[in-house]
Amino acid sequence: MRIGLFATCLGDTLFPEAVRSTAVLLARLGHEVVFPPDQTCCGQMHVNTGYQREPVPLVRNFAEQFGDASIEAVVMPSGSCAGSVRHQHEIIAARYGDAALRSGVATVKAKTYELSELLVDVLGVTQVGAYFPHRVTYHPTCHSLRMLRVGEKPLKLLRAVEAIDLVELPEADSCCGFGGTFAVKNAETSTAMLQDKMRNVCGTGADVCTAGDSSCLMHIGGGLSRIRSGTRTLHLAQILGSTRTTPYPLTEAAR
Amino acid sequence: MSTFLGMPAPPPRSPYGTGNLRGDRTFPAAAHDELRNGQLRRNLGKATRTIRGKRLHVTGELPDWEALRDAGSAIKTDTMNRLPELLEQLERNVTERGGTVHWARDGDEANEIVARLVRATGSSDVIKVKSMATQETGLNEHLESLGITPHETDLAELIVQLAHDRPSHILVPAIHRNRDEIRQIFLDEIPGVDPRLDNVPAHLAAAARAYLREKFMTTRVAVSGANFGIAETGTLSVVESEGNGRMCLTLPDTLITVMGIEKVLPRYQDLEVFLQLLPRSSTGERMNPYTSLWTGVTPGDGPQDFHLVLLDNGRTAALADTIGRAALNCIRCSACLNVCPVYERAGGHAYGSTYPGPIGAVLTPQLAGMHAAKDDPNSSLPYASSLCGACFDACPVKIDIPSMLVELRHQNTEQSGTTAEKLAMKAAAAVMGRPKLYTAAQKAAALGRVVGGRDGTLSHLPAPFSGWSDSRDTPAPPKRSFRAWLASAEGAATMRAAAEEGARHGDDHQEEK
Amino acid sequence: MTTTARDTVLGRIRDALALAPPSDTPIPRAYRTGRTLPDGERLALLTDRLVDYKAQVHRCTTDRTAEVIAGILRDRGARRIGVPAGLEEHWLAAYDGEIRRDSADIPAPGLDALDGVVTGSAVTCAETGTIFLDGSPDQGRRALSLVPDLHVCVVDLSSVVAGVPEAVARLVPERPTTLISGPSATSDIELERVEGVHGPRTLAVVIRTDA
Repeated sequence: MRIGLFATCLGDTLFPEAVRSTAVLLARLGHEVVFPPDQTCCGQMHVNTGYQREPVPLVRNFAEQFGDASIEAVVMPSGSCAGSVRHQHEIIAARYGDAALRSGVATVKAKTYELSELLVDVLGVTQVGAYFPHRVTYHPTCHSLRMLRVGEKPLKLLRAVEAIDLVELPEADSCCGFGGTFAVKNAETSTAMLQDKMRNVCGTGADVCTAGDSSCLMHIGGGLSRIRSGTRTLHLAQILGSTRTTPYPLTEAAR
Repeated sequence: MSTFLGMPAPPPRSPYGTGNLRGDRTFPAAAHDELRNGQLRRNLGKATRTIRGKRLHVTGELPDWEALRDAGSAIKTDTMNRLPELLEQLERNVTERGGTVHWARDGDEANEIVARLVRATGSSDVIKVKSMATQETGLNEHLESLGITPHETDLAELIVQLAHDRPSHILVPAIHRNRDEIRQIFLDEIPGVDPRLDNVPAHLAAAARAYLREKFMTTRVAVSGANFGIAETGTLSVVESEGNGRMCLTLPDTLITVMGIEKVLPRYQDLEVFLQLLPRSSTGERMNPYTSLWTGVTPGDGPQDFHLVLLDNGRTAALADTIGRAALNCIRCSACLNVCPVYERAGGHAYGSTYPGPIGAVLTPQLAGMHAAKDDPNSSLPYASSLCGACFDACPVKIDIPSMLVELRHQNTEQSGTTAEKLAMKAAAAVMGRPKLYTAAQKAAALGRVVGGRDGTLSHLPAPFSGWSDSRDTPAPPKRSFRAWLASAEGAATMRAAAEEGARHGDDHQEEK
Repeated sequence: MTTTARDTVLGRIRDALALAPPSDTPIPRAYRTGRTLPDGERLALLTDRLVDYKAQVHRCTTDRTAEVIAGILRDRGARRIGVPAGLEEHWLAAYDGEIRRDSADIPAPGLDALDGVVTGSAVTCAETGTIFLDGSPDQGRRALSLVPDLHVCVVDLSSVVAGVPEAVARLVPERPTTLISGPSATSDIELERVEGVHGPRTLAVVIRTDA
């Protein structure tokens, strides 16, 4: 399959390893990965902060970059960005866009997937040949869970990883407190949520807390780093991208 | 976010509501104090965890739960669409059955109507059933100012009233208090209470029973709210647990019911939906212990003087917004509060309004306005959410609260004029809208690595990010962005090797076939 | 001419609906209605729900009604009970305490002096354990089944329906109707359910399996 990879602005700039793992994984599964070079950002931060006029060019750019009919599916290692493309772009286009934008947005929306959705639903694989001999706990990010409804898909993928010690995260479905600019505007409430999430993560004794969104992982990981916990964060793609021949070197920095 | 709804330019709206619909501080400022209260955090955490489990259990056992939610949502939406005719029908039926209907444009007018009706009875006391509408209008304070004593009879409302406190939850107004605190409040405030009273909930409830029994037996006027008002029959309904509602609705000579205009339902049959949705969502029970249904006046049974006060107080302002009006569909079950991670930490008082939690964050600004001036506490409410979406999932009438929050944030920024934040957002969009600028900015960010401290992390950031960095490290940008890696020789080689491996696997796969 | 609050509010609503015109909303009623369950299942389900809500459950055949009611009243030490004007007299044939027939002119404190009350019922929902009283002659006015601390309620199995929609369909809207699911309770202290606040602290349900 010819798959368009959207790195997301956060992934491209701050967490390139997660995007790299996504690209390598898909190639390793026999798919053609294309990276439209002028892609930037989906505009989610703008919309969620209350700005809908400003991201119109971003929405347009996304639709243009991935509108090409030869791209059969668009994937991004982020539940919240996929949620933005699937749920928010049409609102922006309808309210502040033109007919061309509305049509472009509808086209890309229909073929946009978060990583675990693409693997399980579209490519029909749960066994991706990964090897990760460490204790891992999975945090289902809110937008993956409740906006995209990815459900058990990430866990199915993780359970199929060779040598993994997957442990359940207590109160997994509660928000980590990130929420984009929420963590800035309501930093103290966000911190209170983060503390509970970290307590649950640390209680599992996991080496790694994983998720499908680098933004939530930046939040959880930032907190775990501050309290010098022994648990680090890794994107789901990095675990799925770890193989027997090129295992993820967990002793090095997580990023 | 499935429907599209036109330009957000505010239409000429009805006046906003009056009363307890605005705090005196912004949400972050109020939350700052509440978060420091460890006791509050523990009380709320324990209570909301309990109720979440119960709710999931009883909603999970109904195979048609989602169908009930769909029906409930549609019935409420249809109600809003036909509100004038339904209210007129309700009025007609209540009047025909011996009741008197009053209309109140705002909270002050409702308070005046109730006070006038109470005075006409000559009573200096009223007993009250827990009512959000009269909490919203500040009825108790108004009655007290006129020398009329209101007695709250719901246990939690009684606790709040005795403690001179404010409710912090729609269903359980004293959720922020634990049994030890409640015991102390009773010891301090209930005249003649047994000084050996302990903290066992059953004993505390018994103390409230003994205290209120005499009030029920002797007070001639009651004030209630209403959960539902049926247009088709003129039937009103109060859903409760303790029996204090039955006492108030049955024993006095005069009953005054204050009901928001959005509480009307078209048909008696609609109760078959809401009597399933409400108790399971609210207390997590299959059915609450008591529900009363009454229609006007029944000779020989209950109050012979019945008044219904229909309250606007900002509801028509909310109704004029295509997205916002769905907030009026709320049946006050409080499921959204119980699943909200923000509510669980900050508590109900931080919202400053009668309506806390996720539904409060969308309802309050619409009922009372969110004046774009930065210091209006109500304009901070739409931001008091991480948009985690748990409220939408829990809502029995499927109110899409996260989408509504995003919409209200947009309305707020549209009305705010030029702010530093807006300029920053414009600048960010300008960079991200131009791929070359964006790539250049990424390179500049990578240079920012030099400010990184231990392990390449940033531990102190300037305002407005200082709240973030108080408890989180931030990774310094790595040397190379993903796109730079992909364009590098290393990136190309890695991708080529992966593709070759993929091709080999593909061949293996072919051979297996 | 002054504008009334009524005209103002109705005018505001019409303005709001004109400003933001609604679209027609069909009401999907795909939830379960018109369900029927065999006698045994309704009995088992109702019993389970009543017990769950800490109601006392007694099963009997019609011919033992008086005996069972008298037994409950005796066990609870109820020496003086109230009954609605239309309650069948033979239900209390085995009771040797004082019986007061209710009338609308007895004030609430008079009811407070009773040890208990015996009533019939209109319809009962098995799935939620909810008994509906509608003020019929065998059920009396609402205050009667509220003020005394013990409520003995007779439920005929033939009046027990499966779910809420089936029960609501049997109601007469104009009648003052009370839904009772177990004894009074509160969850106001730490959301922990406590039985027994203002309503009857004991609810004894007599299910007549052949009626």
